[in-house]
Amino acid sequence: MSSQQIPEENLPVEQGTAHGAVEGAGDPFADPGLPAHKPRIQDIDERAANRSERAVALMFTLSMLATVGFIASYVIFPVDKIVYIWPFGHVSALNFSLGLTLGLALFLIGAGAVHWARTLMSDVEVADDRHAIEATPEVKAKVLADFADGARESALGRRKLIRNTMFGALALVPLSGVVLLRDLGPLPEKKLRKTLWAKGKQLVNMNTMEPLRPEDVVVGSLTFAMPEGLEEDAHDFQSQIAKAALMIIRIEPDNIKDKREREWAHEGIVAFSKICTHVGCPISLYEQQTHHVLCPCHQSTFDLSDGARVIFGPAGHALPQLRIGVNSEGNLEALGDFEEPVGPAFWERG
Amino acid sequence: MSTATETQRKAPAGERVADWADGRLGIYGLAKANMRKIFPDHWSFMLGEICLYSFIIIILTGVYLTLFFHPSMNEVVYHGSYEPMQGIRMSEAYASTLDISFDVRGGLLVRQIHHWAAVIFLAGMFVHMFRVFFTGAYRKPREINWLFGFLLFVLGMFTGFTGYSLPDDLLSGTGVRFTQGAILSMPIVGTYISMFLFGGEFPGTDIIARFYSIHILLLPGIMLGLVVGHLILVFFHKHTQFAGPGKTNKNVVGMPLLPVYMAKAGGFFFLVFGFISVIAAIATINPIWALGPYRPDQVSTGAQPDWYMGFAEGFVRVMPGWEINLWGHTLVLGVLIPLVLFGVVLAALALYPFIESWITGDKREHHILDRPRNAPTRTGLGVAWVTIYFVMLIGGGNDIWATHFHMSLNAISWFVRIAFFVGPVLAFVVTRRICLGLQRRDKEKVLHGRESGTIKRLPHGEFVEIHEPLSPEQLHTLTAHEQYKPIEIGPTVDENGVERKPSALQKLRARLSKSYYGENNQIAKPTAEEYKEITSGHGHH
Repeated sequence: MSSQQIPEENLPVEQGTAHGAVEGAGDPFADPGLPAHKPRIQDIDERAANRSERAVALMFTLSMLATVGFIASYVIFPVDKIVYIWPFGHVSALNFSLGLTLGLALFLIGAGAVHWARTLMSDVEVADDRHAIEATPEVKAKVLADFADGARESALGRRKLIRNTMFGALALVPLSGVVLLRDLGPLPEKKLRKTLWAKGKQLVNMNTMEPLRPEDVVVGSLTFAMPEGLEEDAHDFQSQIAKAALMIIRIEPDNIKDKREREWAHEGIVAFSKICTHVGCPISLYEQQTHHVLCPCHQSTFDLSDGARVIFGPAGHALPQLRIGVNSEGNLEALGDFEEPVGPAFWERG
Repeated sequence: MSTATETQRKAPAGERVADWADGRLGIYGLAKANMRKIFPDHWSFMLGEICLYSFIIIILTGVYLTLFFHPSMNEVVYHGSYEPMQGIRMSEAYASTLDISFDVRGGLLVRQIHHWAAVIFLAGMFVHMFRVFFTGAYRKPREINWLFGFLLFVLGMFTGFTGYSLPDDLLSGTGVRFTQGAILSMPIVGTYISMFLFGGEFPGTDIIARFYSIHILLLPGIMLGLVVGHLILVFFHKHTQFAGPGKTNKNVVGMPLLPVYMAKAGGFFFLVFGFISVIAAIATINPIWALGPYRPDQVSTGAQPDWYMGFAEGFVRVMPGWEINLWGHTLVLGVLIPLVLFGVVLAALALYPFIESWITGDKREHHILDRPRNAPTRTGLGVAWVTIYFVMLIGGGNDIWATHFHMSLNAISWFVRIAFFVGPVLAFVVTRRICLGLQRRDKEKVLHGRESGTIKRLPHGEFVEIHEPLSPEQLHTLTAHEQYKPIEIGPTVDENGVERKPSALQKLRARLSKSYYGENNQIAKPTAEEYKEITSGHGHH
């Protein structure tokens, strides 16, 4: 399917080959050539030209003043001064004055230059020839001949052993660079399957940092919890909380539709992963009447009274539930880790 | 003898400097070709300039920001001058961004200029790209420059994304999490890429530093090279121009670089810079201090990426959550398909010039721009693409639409799902019809003249509107466009009576060619004969 198969008559006739009135005296659509230049007021009236000059000079002068204003603002306004400016409201005096003066200083240089170009510089349109980009056949022939000479002198085509080993060496050497990238990070292994939760770990209220007790969790409330022992100043706090964050709500046990959910709950207190199974945003919008939670990022909606199944949005599967109970001190505790990986799905999730 | 006396005279200082440089760099040769280079004038030709200048502004302000920004995820407790954040745990990246905003004088301004310029840079490239698309400026010899521009647009998106992620605030961290979730959806390699990119599990302690070197070195370095290449090619090809009197495919009509465009384009840099500075003074962008530092277990509502990532966000939001679990593996189609579509929609843009040139079979150079109406199928396809883009922008902001216009979020998502399929088809059909209508009007104008608005009553009582004939310049301009004929497959039996079977590809091409240039898909230009027949006497009303 090359161009050679296309007959020339499919291509339109090119119009006009050179600038200026050329072809077909009888053709009403023939190119009449460049129109005559229409002089501007500045071209014929010296006073108008002088006015333009003064306008341009005024803009450049105002720009200088604006730059002085910029430096003055920098010196005068303290960095934390807030002022009220209508209609922008309460703004930083420094940011506002620096931005306006800098903006003016720059804008006026531009406006002056453009006004100068438009009113005082020649606006006579001129035509320049284009030249074919493709090389002439002679040039092409010379280049091909030169290349053939060079290729022959290199003996690359004749001495195949050199050629093949060179290609081999060049193909292999980038592997070193690839190998060097290996330590960018560890292998996934089972990391995405495990969280800090384990049998006997107490649920810590993220607001009070105290262990949660069943009586703290009332119907209609939403509580966020993390495993005991995880400290905010731990070096891996962010990575751990990204998997372990929990949502705790209480539903009347009779209102829990999913049998497993009821079994894994403690007196209607259920613990679900807070990390959305879509792409991992923390879910935070809870509708207490319907027991729906909504992820504010992509609006996946889960029904917490029915095994946290997806009822709307792009998430692909239910939120994992954590099995909980009460320990001897009367605090809520986990009865194990999540049974499935939390957060977004991945190839090895299965 | 005269040359001898001329070398005797002492050249002015400027000339001596130029001589010095010429002896080492050959600048006179360069200047001869370029100093008085002719550039055509049209308002739409400055769109690319906006991109170039905002890119320069981004580099200037970006270098300033690196002097104060600490690309580190080390946790610190904030004790700066912004009261609401006192004593709060945050990464050094976030703390130093607060310092830039509240303690460095002018730092906030530079930060805001940087971000505003980035938003404008991307918007400028988008509009510039469609100027080039709808006028067919990407045709030979400019296909490579189209690809350079396309790459700049795509790299600009990722540079923007890595840039707004650097402050490590709650909003941008959520965006990074979303990216990680999308990476995880890739079959087989997803978890590995995620581990390698983040140096372990999300978020880890490496990602800000890695994004930093990508944002300030790797991507802008490539982009700078592409920008230079883009400009060299613009100079080398010489600028395209619209058809008009005296303008042909073999010339370029306009005004010289020195002085007119030196002043206009140079001045325009200052106009753009000044404009962005004023915006940065009066309109806050990305107030990271209102969002707080990133924590993977916290989020705010109404989370939105910068506008240029909105269409990718739209795909992710409206896609149904399909997941296939087989043989112990999960295929996360609900995230993977949006990821693939994101690439496909962009790639379509990159490939279009090559597809069109295959259909037309036209290997000639094109320097005269098409008016969009004269290429109805191309224009229709372009509008269809833009429709997909904007439908997806709505999808990406479905929560914002829902809360601001009191609509059902679910209804908006369903609208976007349906509009993704129906919208572009509708847009294509409507656009093409509008183009054909405009072509008919042009033809009418050429043959019958312009409606003057003057009503004349004829002696027998009939009212007619007087049509004024067009000037030769207008006649030429309205008939200067080229019209292709559809490609025929040709006889299926050759001269020796042997049957020749056209390949499926040939058939496809003929069909496409017909849909581009077939009888009903473009309006034949008026011919000189038609014009002469109508203007020579009768039927003039």
